[in-house]
Amino acid sequence: MQTRRETLKQSAVVAGLLASTGLFPQQAAAYQKAAFDAKTLAEVAKALGAGAPVESKDVTVGGPDIAENGAVVPLTASTTLAGAKRVLILVEKNPAAMVAMFNVTDSVEANFATRAKMGQSSDVYAVAIMGDGKAFYAKKEVKVTLGGCGG
Amino acid sequence: MADPMRIRAQAAGDKATVRVLMSHEMESGQRKDSAGKTIPAWFIQEVTASHNGKVVMTAEWGPAVSKNPFLQFVVKGAKAGDKISVSWKDNKGDSRTDEATVS
Repeated sequence: MQTRRETLKQSAVVAGLLASTGLFPQQAAAYQKAAFDAKTLAEVAKALGAGAPVESKDVTVGGPDIAENGAVVPLTASTTLAGAKRVLILVEKNPAAMVAMFNVTDSVEANFATRAKMGQSSDVYAVAIMGDGKAFYAKKEVKVTLGGCGG
Repeated sequence: MADPMRIRAQAAGDKATVRVLMSHEMESGQRKDSAGKTIPAWFIQEVTASHNGKVVMTAEWGPAVSKNPFLQFVVKGAKAGDKISVSWKDNKGDSRTDEATVS
């Protein structure tokens, strides 16, 4: 016969285990507001609990050299590093640096493409965050002829 | 209710490239209307993709993703006939799910 107290204790242990593996659904669903408010690459990495980002040639960022319309800038981020947990796309000079964060599983390649708004010419970063919290990045300058923010 | 997404999933070898075009305003919260008042932010925050019912990717977006967002990703082990479903949720709590078959 299990008492209520024991049941509670056990479920707390299970919840703790789930949280430590990063599988806890509640935690996964929480929107990373702090990271989306951060202004720089270092701040974003810190908000996500990752280490100081290091430049790496195993991470690739793609985009045009010159974007005519800052409202729609096609950007890609990919990495060949095995075990990447998250792939981020950042635009340094936007009001908030982080554009998008992709959570990678074993079933998808760490290779994503999307379109972003850019307020002005800026460096664009692709960041790969590994399972152990190490962060690697690549950067590229994109010149914008017509800004996509404000208006 | 928002307009449907356009999803295209094409198999090549043992993986499939999925391209999604969502229909969403993606208001950044930075713009002002003609009266000088800031237009409140309205954007997709969470995106989830599933392959035959199993979640393969989740993403979190900020307001800097373009209007009518485009997303491309590659699902490993997907073959023709498999189902790919994509859903999103915006910061006003609106959501939408659409499904496509890998070709």
